[in-house]
Amino acid sequence: MKYRLIYCIFGIFIVLYACNDNPYKQGKILYSNFCANCHGEKGEGLKNLIPPLLQSDYLEQHRDELPCLIHKGIKGEIEVNGKKYQQEMPAIPKLSFFEITNVLNYIQLNINQSDSKKIFTADEVEQGLKKCE
Amino acid sequence: MFKKNCFKKGLWFIGCCTISIMSCHNDSKPCRNQRGKLPILGNKDITNQGDTIYPTIRPFTFTNQQGEAVTNQTFQDKIYVIDFFFTSCPTICPKVTAQMLRVYEQFKDNSKVLLLSHTIDPKRDTPAYLRNYANKLGIMDAQKWHFVTGEKDSLYAIANDYFSIAKEDPNAPGGFDHSGRLILVDKARHVRSFCDGTKPDEVDCFMRDIENLLKEP
Repeated sequence: MKYRLIYCIFGIFIVLYACNDNPYKQGKILYSNFCANCHGEKGEGLKNLIPPLLQSDYLEQHRDELPCLIHKGIKGEIEVNGKKYQQEMPAIPKLSFFEITNVLNYIQLNINQSDSKKIFTADEVEQGLKKCE
Repeated sequence: MFKKNCFKKGLWFIGCCTISIMSCHNDSKPCRNQRGKLPILGNKDITNQGDTIYPTIRPFTFTNQQGEAVTNQTFQDKIYVIDFFFTSCPTICPKVTAQMLRVYEQFKDNSKVLLLSHTIDPKRDTPAYLRNYANKLGIMDAQKWHFVTGEKDSLYAIANDYFSIAKEDPNAPGGFDHSGRLILVDKARHVRSFCDGTKPDEVDCFMRDIENLLKEP
């Protein structure tokens, strides 16, 4: 009986280990609900219509503007990895600063694949959002 | 006794492993039409003479990204794939368009297959707008993939013939409600297959249906 329990616990660990490949659970859900339709599941973008988030220099260069960009959307031309894009991005005003932090970190670490030193803190995002009002 | 115990433990171990592997592994579903002739979709009528009449796509006239007229004649002796979208769509359109691009890539050298994307926002999506959109997707050849606009009512009405949905809805994101279906139409203007254009594995099956339909005389 004792062994059964041990094996079951072992099995559950295997399940958790195999499924849990990403610490940013909320970020992942938000990404697939709000971002992936246009930017793609892997952040690959869509031809010359929608810019990539995967290895995107824009994320690096416009880091401070990113919280506002999600909150308010963007209109007009931007340049990403040397290519110009004009497609309007809709605002997502219903996301809280906390959710924006999670989705930005998911994008930074899992989509953009930048190193973990560049994660956003909730404070940083909250400050960033104040600037766009 | 020892052997039996060991066997039992082994079974538990294998059981646990199987459950863990199965719980994470997403098996792709088998395709709807495995093999054989694709059905003609929709409700059929039977005339007094006993003939069966299948629903067909009504005659239409739209304008493509080059400002040229696109009618049923454009698709004579061709099979074609359609969808509905709008260029300012904030929701599923880019996802569906990415799948239409897959179909395009797969069949771009086959002159028997054409693509047709209808805007449901004709007010904004003029031929010039559509040309810009198509070019950004890398579609320079308007004869292969038509992006069309036209009378709003005709666009919404023809969505019914394709068993798709297109309508204005102020509550929907972007102001329009529409389905993300891709629909396959044969030479006789019958709908023969469809799929959810937001699901790449359904589109895999759909492309097999296109191959299948191409084999019909």
